[in-house]
Amino acid sequence: MISYEFDYTRPDTVEAALDLLDDDSKILAGGHSLIPALKLRLSAPGKLIDIARIPSLKGIKMDGNELVIGAAATHSDILESDLIKQHLPMFAEGAALIGDPMIRHKGTLGGSLAHADPSADWPAMVLAAEGTVVVQSKTGTRSISSDDFFTGFYSTALESGEIITEIRFPIPAEGTKMTYQKFVQPASRFAIVGCAALRHPDGTARVAFTGVADAPFRDTAVENAVGDWSEEALEAAVALTAQGMEFNVDHYASETYRHHLARVYCRKALKALLY
Amino acid sequence: MSNKYIGQSVRRTEDKRYITGKGRYTDDIKLVGMTHASFVRSPYAHARVISIDLSAAQNMPGVVAIFTGDDIKATGIVGVPTGWQVNFKNGDTMKEPPHPLLIATGSTSKHIGDPVAVVIAETYAAAVDASEAVEVEWEELDAVTDPFKAAQEGAALVHADAPGNLAFDWELGNPLSEVDEAIAQSAHVTSLEFVNQRMIPNAIEPRAYIGHYEEHIDKYTLYTSTQNPHLIRLLMCAFVLGLPEHKVRVLGPDVGGGFGSKIFHYTEEALVTWASKQINRPIKWTETRSEAFMLDAHGRDHVTKAEMGFDADGNVQALRIKTYANLGAYLSTFAPAVPTYLHGTLLQGLYTTPKIHIDLCGMFTHTVAVDAYRGAGRPEATYLLERLMDLAALEMGKDPVQLRKQNFIPAFNGVSEPGYQTQVALQYDSGNYQGVLDRGVEMLGYENFRQMQREAAQNGKLLGVGFSTYVEACGIAPSAVVGALGARAGLYESAQVRVQPTGKVSVYSGSHSHGQGHETTFAQVVADKLGIPMEDVDIIHGDSDAVAFGMGTYGSRSLAVGGSAIVKSIEKVLEKGAKIAAHKLECAEGDLEYAEGKWTVKGTDQSVSFGDVALTAYVPHVYPQGLEPGLDFSSFYDPANFTYPFGCHIAVVEVDTETGKVTLKRFIAVDDVGNVVNPMIVDGQIHGGLAQGIGQALLEGAIYDENGQLINGSYMDYAMPRADDLPMFELDRQETPCPHNPLGVKGAGEAGCIGSTPAVVNAVIDALWSGGHPVKDIRMPLTPERVWRAMQS
Ligand SMILES: Cc1cc2nc3c(=O)[nH]c(=O)nc-3n(C[C@H](O)[C@H](O)[C@H](O)COP(=O)(O)OP(=O)(O)OC[C@H]3O[C@@H](n4cnc5c(N)ncnc54)[C@H](O)[C@@H]3O)c2cc1C
Repeated sequence: MISYEFDYTRPDTVEAALDLLDDDSKILAGGHSLIPALKLRLSAPGKLIDIARIPSLKGIKMDGNELVIGAAATHSDILESDLIKQHLPMFAEGAALIGDPMIRHKGTLGGSLAHADPSADWPAMVLAAEGTVVVQSKTGTRSISSDDFFTGFYSTALESGEIITEIRFPIPAEGTKMTYQKFVQPASRFAIVGCAALRHPDGTARVAFTGVADAPFRDTAVENAVGDWSEEALEAAVALTAQGMEFNVDHYASETYRHHLARVYCRKALKALLY
Repeated sequence: MSNKYIGQSVRRTEDKRYITGKGRYTDDIKLVGMTHASFVRSPYAHARVISIDLSAAQNMPGVVAIFTGDDIKATGIVGVPTGWQVNFKNGDTMKEPPHPLLIATGSTSKHIGDPVAVVIAETYAAAVDASEAVEVEWEELDAVTDPFKAAQEGAALVHADAPGNLAFDWELGNPLSEVDEAIAQSAHVTSLEFVNQRMIPNAIEPRAYIGHYEEHIDKYTLYTSTQNPHLIRLLMCAFVLGLPEHKVRVLGPDVGGGFGSKIFHYTEEALVTWASKQINRPIKWTETRSEAFMLDAHGRDHVTKAEMGFDADGNVQALRIKTYANLGAYLSTFAPAVPTYLHGTLLQGLYTTPKIHIDLCGMFTHTVAVDAYRGAGRPEATYLLERLMDLAALEMGKDPVQLRKQNFIPAFNGVSEPGYQTQVALQYDSGNYQGVLDRGVEMLGYENFRQMQREAAQNGKLLGVGFSTYVEACGIAPSAVVGALGARAGLYESAQVRVQPTGKVSVYSGSHSHGQGHETTFAQVVADKLGIPMEDVDIIHGDSDAVAFGMGTYGSRSLAVGGSAIVKSIEKVLEKGAKIAAHKLECAEGDLEYAEGKWTVKGTDQSVSFGDVALTAYVPHVYPQGLEPGLDFSSFYDPANFTYPFGCHIAVVEVDTETGKVTLKRFIAVDDVGNVVNPMIVDGQIHGGLAQGIGQALLEGAIYDENGQLINGSYMDYAMPRADDLPMFELDRQETPCPHNPLGVKGAGEAGCIGSTPAVVNAVIDALWSGGHPVKDIRMPLTPERVWRAMQS
């Protein structure tokens, strides 16, 4: 199809972008979620503000004991980063499972989080890695814990007039293990179920899911049940997976099957952290 | 004839333009003054048009004209026809309700996307904007999409004059009473109820049309992404618009795949042609991918109950079938033929089954038309037979390879041994079925496989092997035969071989090429037959003003029928050339032999080249008396029979017991498509066909909800096979020549798609049995959830 008519601008700074941002405009990053929506005429902004090349939004760096990923870093920027491989290898593992090379070279971390597709991969990984989403508006900046960021079906704590500028992650202690395990939907290759899990050296865990429900979530029941990581403890944890959730249902996975897959992928993820 | 090219994997000459992005597709063509069309379509599968309000749309910027169903109705244009007539069992003519170009007020839409109006504007964007502003008041009505449900009491009715939604009922084979009797007396009966799901063809190029009426010469031109330009011209001129055929030129430029879906004459083709005259400007319409999902004729969609009876030794005694075939809302060009004469007639398979009966209901539903899709009826027949064979083997505790072998029709070459007369009308031309099975089993390493399977099962891994041996019918088709079966056209092909004065050769073929590589394969044949370099041959197709006539490309017919027509014309060229050569060499024609591009007086070194003869034909100063100048011949070739390729496909799968995910580990295909002109092109055709057949087994399938909405009409929801879904294919070939055409070729375009689907499903069923889950069927596509559920019971 063909989109409605819109204006296009490409400001050089976040401040300039914020000046342009109003109710009739939309931020354009990689465009790989927004452009399809425009073409199907599901979204009709009067103006697109392209932030994909704003220098301050690119890049991956260390800042004290945090690792900072710019909102406009692409999936492939993350996949190829040595800092990521060293400190958050799960991100490289997970980014490699997103779409195909073209999508990975265009799609951005900030775009994926802002879009909050219930089957997207990043949200689970960002939750497990204790990410903090930093957003900027004309009135200043604020930080939103990933635990509070995803509020529902395609919805987030982002408010109108705000741009995600970066996502900050505590640098995991030496000996931390992490993994992202994904069961793909055969057509879109998004996640039917994705499980991101992280095991701290002290044995505590963070476990988050995508694809399972209308929003990604951390599964604290599972986290609390891993105990000493014995076989029995893990099985007990797996049994608690996604309890009480309202499951997504589509022609690839019913409620029962999705719940089953969530358990299978929880087990896979936890077992991957054993050694 | 020298075989310098035939049998060689000559690189495809057409690929240069495709690969460098220089192909010229309909949408690439821009004409001066061209306008753009966008259709206003029904958002409901079944709804009455109460009123249409154009006032807002008419005033939108750039709008040139808007036409509605009422405008079309006022012209008396009834709609697009179907090309094949099937009669009811009682002899009555099938129901053939009109398929209007646009729905008129008071009438009903009959599938999602059925058009009510067309907006024509200066740009495509303006046309889309204005088409959204057309206000249609709809009264939504109940819909039915499943062919079995459509046959039930109380189902929503698609056409008032087709009670029970029945387009026709039909039967073929031995008398039912005899088949019933044979089934009743069978020691074992394997029965299977299954769905052969609805497939969306997904050609990479969406359909595109440009209608162009030029008043100053009173001539119409239609550019269309079609598989058969002449057929479109004939149907549109004679049956839809009533146009003088000689004043209509139809061009099929480069076409990005069809898989059957571009055979048919679509309403939009007629509409842009008609409307172009109304506005006296060219009109382009290119469908969106969403429209392609919704509107390009779909394939398959059978609901079947099949029973196969065996004696105590495992010999097949009888086959009894009841099928509901979905035809969609309107009868598309070949729709009635596909489930009947391209499906029922293949139910003999490769077996000596003495009693066969099929009873079939052709059903109207509130869905887009179902018509030929790669394989067209033969995949459905093969799926049915081959699923039954492997399942029967499991049920009877027999080996599936052995069970097939003992039931195979023995080898016959069709020359010194007669063809094989089936119980279902056809006579097979030549076959050696055991040959391909033996080779496939050898490539598999069958002995070791069962051992591996047992070991894997002990380690919680399920491995399965599935077999499929098929025979199909290509080279469509002897005109008299298909005429007797209801075809409203002949199915010959034409070819003109024009030798230019310099000895270069232009060949005009009615077989359109849209990915098959005709420009290469045909040139290989011509070059070898004439003994000249391939570079001296050009293949021209796809233009009704250039090519005499053509029935087009489908049913794997191009080389067998179109190629044979070329050979006929070459023979005429050589016959006349010999007369000229004899005159030049001052000898009798009988003293000449033709080889390596020259006529030589036998036993001497006196010769004259093809080029010299060509020049003499056009500069006939010293020339045989009474002979016409020129060297240019046309032929029509009407085949003597269908051709019958066959083969053996074997799939090895692994099933993940936790998730139900199927991984295809190996795929072996040994196909016998007759003689092979270009092995690389044949392999390519097999590869593509395998991908589609495997896609049907594991990934693809249209899903309508109960209201008739297509819920997976996008690539985010409809899973196409991708390279990483497939293993490296293991191919081999056997060559049993076709006994009744000059090239001995049978056709390779659909074989991959015909044999592969049941092999994959059989392999998954085999894997499940090996893990203690003796299920009979899993509905295609075999999504992880379906396979997982099958393991829970
Ligand atoms: C074929 C295909 C396959 C895909 N496969 C996967 C997959 O397997 N897994 C997966 O997770 N994703 C997948 N994606 C989605 C892809 O990763 C997207 O690129 C990503 O989800 C969105 O990022 P983007 O940069 O393209 O955002 P855009 O499309 O540009 O924007 C998306 C939304 O976010 C907003 N936005 C963007 N950046 C910001 C910002 N900095 N601040 C505030 N708002 C912002 C936009 O306004 C818009 O509403 C796929 C996409 C396609 C087309």
